Amino acid sequence: MDARRIWGLALVGTVAGAFSGLFGVGGGVVIVPMLIALYAYGDRLATGTSLAAIVVIAILAAAMQGGFYGNVDVGTGLILVGPAVLGVVGGTAIQQRIPERAVSFIFALILIAVAVQMVVG
Amino acid sequence: MDIALACLVCFLGGIVAGLIGVGGGVVFVPAMTIILSKGQVEAEATSLLMIGLVSVIGTWRQIGYGNVNVRDAAVIGLLSPVGVLIGVVAANELPERALRIGFAMLALYMAWRLLKRVFKKDPPPAEPEVAAPKTP
Repeated sequence: MDARRIWGLALVGTVAGAFSGLFGVGGGVVIVPMLIALYAYGDRLATGTSLAAIVVIAILAAAMQGGFYGNVDVGTGLILVGPAVLGVVGGTAIQQRIPERAVSFIFALILIAVAVQMVVG
Repeated sequence: MDIALACLVCFLGGIVAGLIGVGGGVVFVPAMTIILSKGQVEAEATSLLMIGLVSVIGTWRQIGYGNVNVRDAAVIGLLSPVGVLIGVVAANELPERALRIGFAMLALYMAWRLLKRVFKKDPPPAEPEVAAPKTP
């Protein structure tokens, strides 16, 4: 892997990390479009690679939020994560059966809905 | 009753996570703030714990489907701590309304980028080369 690619990926990681710590998300909303735009990833490869990067980012951010600020509600998190894990298994299976552009389209619609909810809610 | 509804929404959030490669926080955070009346920062911190577990399982499934570039993912993940530190400190220092508006702006920008790509016309197939007539 050449130095330019490593610096580019480091930028993706830093931006994703900042949004993860800032907004409590894994950073995928940043990683997926950046991998597609900067590295010409296909939609499925971008989403799979994003999930793998999120493993590291989310665990680091959760440890910092819990360890330094005591903001993590472990009990609630453990109750809600069960159905969420079942969902992710189903979601990855569905993804293999739909066209790649549909993944981007669904991604965009969800982003718009979340943006509206964040401002109005 | 509220917790059952939150579980259902988080199940849907998990599907979204697997479908589009995000951790699911875009769904988990509103589920906790709206249904369980958690504060924004507490919901975000708890969401991060959930995302960690969801992304481990999602990655395991995607590796099975051949959809993970492990090397690129490792570089992105391992070089993210500086960004995470900046974000966590900002989340605890900035007003909640500013966080919400910032999140909405980011989401709309990414949506616009993706929609442009979805509706971009495919380039027309290359014309087949016509063989030059052979001269005797």
